[in-house]
Amino acid sequence: MMLTLKQTRQLRTFLLGLLAWAVGLVMFFPIFWMILTSFKTELAAFASPPELFFTPTLENYVEIQQRSGYFSFAWNSVVVSFGSTIIGMLIAVPAAYSMAFYESKRTKSTLLWMLSTKMLPPVGVLMPIYLLCKNTGLLDTRTALVIIYTLINLPIMVWMVYSFFKEIPKDILEAARLDGATPLQEISRVLLPISKGGLASTMLLSLILSWNEAFWSLNLTASKAAPLTALIASYSSPEGLFWAKLSAVSTLACAPILIIGWLSQKQLVRGLSFGAVK
Amino acid sequence: MKANSLTLHPLLAALISGGMLMAAQHASAATTITIGTVNNGDMVRMQGLSKEFETAHPDIKLDWVVLEENVLRQRLTTDIATKGGQFDVVTIGMYETGLWGKKGWLTPITDLPTDYDVDDIFPSVRDGLSVDNNLYALPFYAESSMTYYRADLFKEAGLSMPEQPTWDQIKGFAEKLSHPDKEQYGICLRGKAGWGENMALFTTMVNSFGGRWFDEQWKPEFTTAPEWKEALSFYVDLLGKYGPPGASTNGFNENLALFNSGKCAMWVDATVAGSFVTDKSQSKVSDNVGFAFAPHQTTDKGSHWLWAWALGIPASSKKVDAAKTFIEWATSKGYTDLVAKKEGIANIPPGTRFSTYSAEYKAAAPFAQLTLDSMQSADPMDSSAKPIPYVGVQYVTIPEFQAIGTQVGKLVSGALAGQMSIDKVLEDAQASVSRDMKRAGYIKD
Repeated sequence: MMLTLKQTRQLRTFLLGLLAWAVGLVMFFPIFWMILTSFKTELAAFASPPELFFTPTLENYVEIQQRSGYFSFAWNSVVVSFGSTIIGMLIAVPAAYSMAFYESKRTKSTLLWMLSTKMLPPVGVLMPIYLLCKNTGLLDTRTALVIIYTLINLPIMVWMVYSFFKEIPKDILEAARLDGATPLQEISRVLLPISKGGLASTMLLSLILSWNEAFWSLNLTASKAAPLTALIASYSSPEGLFWAKLSAVSTLACAPILIIGWLSQKQLVRGLSFGAVK
Repeated sequence: MKANSLTLHPLLAALISGGMLMAAQHASAATTITIGTVNNGDMVRMQGLSKEFETAHPDIKLDWVVLEENVLRQRLTTDIATKGGQFDVVTIGMYETGLWGKKGWLTPITDLPTDYDVDDIFPSVRDGLSVDNNLYALPFYAESSMTYYRADLFKEAGLSMPEQPTWDQIKGFAEKLSHPDKEQYGICLRGKAGWGENMALFTTMVNSFGGRWFDEQWKPEFTTAPEWKEALSFYVDLLGKYGPPGASTNGFNENLALFNSGKCAMWVDATVAGSFVTDKSQSKVSDNVGFAFAPHQTTDKGSHWLWAWALGIPASSKKVDAAKTFIEWATSKGYTDLVAKKEGIANIPPGTRFSTYSAEYKAAAPFAQLTLDSMQSADPMDSSAKPIPYVGVQYVTIPEFQAIGTQVGKLVSGALAGQMSIDKVLEDAQASVSRDMKRAGYIKD
């Protein structure tokens, strides 16, 4: 039986859709399993074969709140990730503006150099940064994490904003300039409104990266500035089975950022696939 | 002028009284001590009961930092080495206490009150936490290793477990009790790479086969003596034939989950698991667990390990007095009584004090006597049939051991996974450990 061109296309769309769903489900499965496990008892959590149907319990969540005080950790995560994202954007936008619209012969190498700072494993600079924080009294403070996260994410933020700005024709800015706009007005009145979507996705990415960062938060905080990643780590046990509690605490830690990501997936997808379709 | 001075007076008075109030508040403000610890049943229980301590000592407040074991070790090393002073009380093992005490990183624990009764602590534990007869940490709980087995399966098969089995006997039982078709495996043992994971168990195996890590000149004996090869061949064969699939990635927790869900006929691991495998809320086989000593082979020297989780005070802490008050409370007989009263006697922290092992505790915890006997017979100073230049049963108390142990652990795990031959593993281990020991100055050419 021969398929018409239209039918072939429909079949292809259907198969591609199926594949996308399959890949999506495979990627989501660990999160789904984590959420499921968080409602099990410790005994049911490691049952083999795994139990798909069980009587759910909230005991893990209750215990976490009693033992650790989820909200102080969550508040630290919010302050640190939003703080570093806002400061990062304040630096990344002017930086990207100058590189995109006043390109010099060193712009490309500057961009590459910025990115190269991401290539060093963080543990390589643990001691110097730890000592810096200690000597400036910043150990176990949110300020230290905000500064470090800003610095870590800045190269990616500049790159992303730079690529968005690169898409905008220079003529628009020149027209604004002819109308007497200052550089600041060019950015605030012309550039930012046009590239709103791109900037939103940059901010989202920075938020997610800061929210999930674990190396520095585990090494530089103790009790006062510890964010949710430190809370998760505190439930990992060398001797004892606490998988259900670990799942519950992980669910609680992921939930806020998962919800933000869900609500803004349109911008996120646009930002992440940017350039790929160019 | 007069009016001015008059208007100034109330302001000045307010300032002075305000200042005095602040000073008074400052003077009565509680000292907050930060405790770095790991997440396990006994520590969590202590965290829960610490409110009693705060009520009894209103001038001391406790701040808890719970971290994953390896992260905690890394954090503490960084903090203590740089004198960061972030922690006032740290949870450390026997291995670190010896090393850090020697380096002067920990505050020596002296002048313990009479009612603390330091002589009640097991001598082996006390020695393990001392350097030159000075205590550097107080033991919270301690453990040795032993054999857990399924009494019901043994009975069904008409087998009986001797009190002190040999590895050969264990292999014989494993062969008879292994039914992979029913997801029942003859034996579960640690296979996950790490100096505190597979190498803790495997070192006790090597010891019981008569081997040792280093000779008197600090030269490793992987290829120069037969015991490592015998023990490794035995271990790979035993676990490969009668162990669960993927044994090379199983650590303590994975094996505990397997045993508690009824998949292992035998398991050799920490004595602290005794309370987990007999706990109805987490074990499906709680009524059918039998206990025996850890297996030996040609010797019983070093066949079972010795480890303690202890509380120490970093030398960088500025709140030594408050920290000492807390660690004395948490490791005292009074604390043990408190746990017994609030959580049941079976849940008291095991393995540190003679007074713990009362008739009542032994009745509530069927594994108590074996734990006691294992703890008392484990000797870190004499853990091999051959003479040794080091201290430690399942580890070697030198700073380099963490790296060396983990490196060899990876090779052993590789042999178990079938990625490398036994000879290649031993040759590689010999080459790399010899190089490390030369570099560190132990082996002189």
